[in-house]
Amino acid sequence: MSRVRTWALAPAGGLLILLFLIPMAIVTSYSWMTRGPYGGVAAPLTWENYARLFDPLYFSILIRSLVYAGIATGICVLMGFPLALFISRSGGRKNFYLGLVIVPFWTSFLVRTYAWMFLLRDTGLINTALQALGVIGEPLPLLYNPFAVMVGLVYGYLPFMVLPIFSTLERLDRSLLEAAADLGARPLDALFRITVPLCKPGILAGSVLVYISCLGAYLTPDLLGGGKTIMIGNLVQNQFTTARDWPFGAALSLILMLAVMALLLPLVRRGNEGLL
Amino acid sequence: MDAVLELSGVSKQYPGHLAVDNVSFPVPRGSLFALVGPSGCGKTSILRMIAGFEQPTAGELSLNGQRIEHLRPYERNVSTVFQSYALFPHLNVRQNIEFGLKRKGAKEFDGPVAKVMNLLRLAGKESRLPHQMSGGERQRVALARSLVIEPELLLLDEPLSALDPQLRKQVRLELKSLQRSVGITFLMVTHDQEEALSLSDGIAVMNRGKLEQVGTPREIYLKPASRFVAGFLGSVNWLGDVGVRPELTRVGHQPPGNGARSHPARVRAATFLGNCVHVHTELSHGAHITAEVPCDHIEVAAGQDVHVWWEPEDEIHLPESRA
Repeated sequence: MSRVRTWALAPAGGLLILLFLIPMAIVTSYSWMTRGPYGGVAAPLTWENYARLFDPLYFSILIRSLVYAGIATGICVLMGFPLALFISRSGGRKNFYLGLVIVPFWTSFLVRTYAWMFLLRDTGLINTALQALGVIGEPLPLLYNPFAVMVGLVYGYLPFMVLPIFSTLERLDRSLLEAAADLGARPLDALFRITVPLCKPGILAGSVLVYISCLGAYLTPDLLGGGKTIMIGNLVQNQFTTARDWPFGAALSLILMLAVMALLLPLVRRGNEGLL
Repeated sequence: MDAVLELSGVSKQYPGHLAVDNVSFPVPRGSLFALVGPSGCGKTSILRMIAGFEQPTAGELSLNGQRIEHLRPYERNVSTVFQSYALFPHLNVRQNIEFGLKRKGAKEFDGPVAKVMNLLRLAGKESRLPHQMSGGERQRVALARSLVIEPELLLLDEPLSALDPQLRKQVRLELKSLQRSVGITFLMVTHDQEEALSLSDGIAVMNRGKLEQVGTPREIYLKPASRFVAGFLGSVNWLGDVGVRPELTRVGHQPPGNGARSHPARVRAATFLGNCVHVHTELSHGAHITAEVPCDHIEVAAGQDVHVWWEPEDEIHLPESRA
């Protein structure tokens, strides 16, 4: 039995070692090296790549990423909770609505992001329509700014908020809401006293998923931010491509990963107490 | 009779299924009233309609003479003790009990909360969470939570079913004395006839959505209005249109010769139950009669020829067609 158990671990374990732990070790060792003349890495060993993170130019990008991810997560909670509530109370149509939430995953994220560009750009659907209606004279600056990045982040990761909240709502004992009404709670009162507190595990799980995804986002800020509103994901990509500074890129990726881990650790601890 | 609740002509139609069919009965004020019947008989639907979780398709519900069908659950002065108790798992005992008081805009919490907590032996457990408590304690919290808002009527959905059997008898007595001490009308739904008979002042028996009989436990047990009621609240030996309860049936080696109804029978089996013996007999024409007799009453063995008899006044007369 224990032999079977050991072998059952082998495929996933092997893959993880080969494609995650070894590359991680490489990235970690690169982060202490000096950039080579044509990309790549060279001696000597240095801490300088980590020190550069505190350069205001890069530090502001890190802070911006943390803040954007936080705002996007907040908006996703505010939009996702009511949506999950609506779906969980739609009786026979539940699966249909749930399907609509999942349908976007059938299309490439890249294609969907381009679709947003067609909607938001100066000659896009929204501006053209508003101009045709005479609401505005000049096109609104909807694309290539923080607003567009936020729209993209919320749009892209909302399902990761809706699904965990939906599943906690589904497990919620309906008799608790009947008991609340029975004791004099009006529907809105019962929602905030009973439903929301009991959905905390789902809200927390969804927030973690959305926050981490947003923090590492690079396609959305790249395409919708137009290279002006860059986030840490774009910075990492730049270092490995145009800037040809692999050691700095490696240090940035490690910092990003450590930030995510620092964020997750307390939640995992609470998860052990049955909250997540 | 002063009724706190009055049902008249209440029906509940679900798609393809009439759960409650034209039911009317009053619930006397200050009583412990039981609504009994087998599962699926519509008793729970009635309870849910009184609480306001479901709407009757037809009929009227009056609480203190006021129609309440149109009121939402949070507008009705009735409270429910749920079968699963439905305690709020994220709130401690005290917060659970205060929930209703706060919703009803009470100014004073400490006094009423302390009072019900003492009454239900919960003092000192204020900060426990529901999952840290035993089944019996959780039930007392559920009772406290409902009683603290002083409803006109307390609804109890199978109040004893979630407790283990040893606890059940004890809680039964406690429930009755609790009802007496608070004076609030209790309307209890149960499928357990023993529970209904021993606890309640009045019983309504339901079967297949219809009301079969309303009366005191004594009336319902001794003068059942239908074969269903007779059979639901205890066992009955039927000989054509005549029935007699096993505990009123006697077994003897000789006929009693005193005007009692006596039949020669053969013992099929005798089952020892500790406090009594069930003697299963068969009459010459094939009818089966069971007698419940004290252990030391008679020594019988399978195959023995005996006489079974009973007093004519103990007979229940109900034609078979009303089964």
